[in-house]
Amino acid sequence: MLKRQPLQFYSEPLPGVDVSELHGKLIVIEGPDAVGRSTQIALLRQWLEQEGHAVFETGMARSALAGKGIKMAKEGNTLGPITMTLFYTTDFADRLENEIIPALRAGFVVLIDRYIYSIMARAIARGEDRRWIEQVAGFALTPHAVCYLRADVQTLVSRVVLGRGAFDYWESGMDLRFGPDMYESFVQYQKRLIKALESMVEPHGFKVVDANQPIDRVFRELQRQIARLMPRRVKRRPAARKAKSA
Amino acid sequence: MPLFVPNRFRGKLIVVEGIDGSGKSTQLSLLSHWLRSQSYAVAFSEWNSSPLVRQTTRRGKKKEMFTPTTFSLIHATDFADRMESYILPMVKAGAIVCADRYAYTAFARDVARGVSRRWVRNLYRFAIRPNIAFYFRVPLDVALGRILGGRDALKYYEAGMDLGLARDVEESFRIFQGRIIDEYEAMAHEMGFHIIDARLSIEDQQRRMREIVTNVLGDSLKNEVRRLAGGEIHAQAATAPVL
Repeated sequence: MLKRQPLQFYSEPLPGVDVSELHGKLIVIEGPDAVGRSTQIALLRQWLEQEGHAVFETGMARSALAGKGIKMAKEGNTLGPITMTLFYTTDFADRLENEIIPALRAGFVVLIDRYIYSIMARAIARGEDRRWIEQVAGFALTPHAVCYLRADVQTLVSRVVLGRGAFDYWESGMDLRFGPDMYESFVQYQKRLIKALESMVEPHGFKVVDANQPIDRVFRELQRQIARLMPRRVKRRPAARKAKSA
Repeated sequence: MPLFVPNRFRGKLIVVEGIDGSGKSTQLSLLSHWLRSQSYAVAFSEWNSSPLVRQTTRRGKKKEMFTPTTFSLIHATDFADRMESYILPMVKAGAIVCADRYAYTAFARDVARGVSRRWVRNLYRFAIRPNIAFYFRVPLDVALGRILGGRDALKYYEAGMDLGLARDVEESFRIFQGRIIDEYEAMAHEMGFHIIDARLSIEDQQRRMREIVTNVLGDSLKNEVRRLAGGEIHAQAATAPVL
């Protein structure tokens, strides 16, 4: 998978899509579990809408087609790694074709909570072949920006313990059977995920944001990255200054 | 990159391919009875039958939600589940797995739907290579005659109605299945299909299949495949799980 201009297909054009008709912005927030992606996306959405941009937001397992099926499959104990990868890819394809592309056609800013990179990282963390999953996900559009929230495993642990208060089976990679302890498994699994995501930083041109910082500082950095991509502001006040005063 | 993963295990994998109405399922059923009668451990896997995925597929079909890409992906997901939780463990354990349709179905059908050939082949690279792949070659009219005789209506996706090939379901089915046949024929040599003339009598086709199984698997059938000892009850015979 090579770096390309925004809104091009990586390797497999989807039938029936003319990329020259896509006028919106595709912005991806990536990062490991519990790094604070959804908090940041909520803040970004509010800010972008205040600036006069129409925002469409989506994330993993939210497709009309496969969202429910994935949730049900995760409740059982038989979901294998390849099946999981392909189920999430189906979910992504459904959202890409039926939500993301139409929104881009209509000129929306599309904010995505985890893209193919997380699907790929999870597959790689489970020992799947990197080239296989890169090609499988090759029908994805290249985003205008991939903001990667980088954090240490211990930061993630803090956010789980202080925030949610419990470790999740899949976020702890319990299916990999590192051992019976969820905390230790979480640490091992997230390290693998982070390693896989880090390996994509350069080839996919991730914009790295230090997510060990407090929420407002992460937000300001994201704003700065994203403000650059916006065509023109509806309001005259510069985005960065406005956020500081807020 | 290789198409499939070589089968280095004790068990064997036999698959049947062909369009609807080619008679492949009947033949596979007869073949499995024959193998069971010789005390071999036999397992079955049917296309589109994963308990994890089936509901999603059913929902998508009912509501006509699929595009060629998502149609392809959900079937690959279904296949992956059967591969990971059933076919592979069974082959490793020394059973003969009989699969009614395999990755080749996707290679033919998804490509006939406009999905890239290279992409769909890569999609199934995790599959194990069958020991024998039978292809049931049948003229379109013969297959159509068998299907129309047996069922009330042709189904939406089976007839390729999602492609807008024709307004009439039967006409659309004819065009779409014709394209699928072209894809099967185009890959037959490359994939090493054993071609069965599906116009022959059921008995003649079955005789041919058994000959091929004997020739291709040879001694590995007797030496490697798990067999039940003399007095043991063949627990699977009546209640083989269909996955």
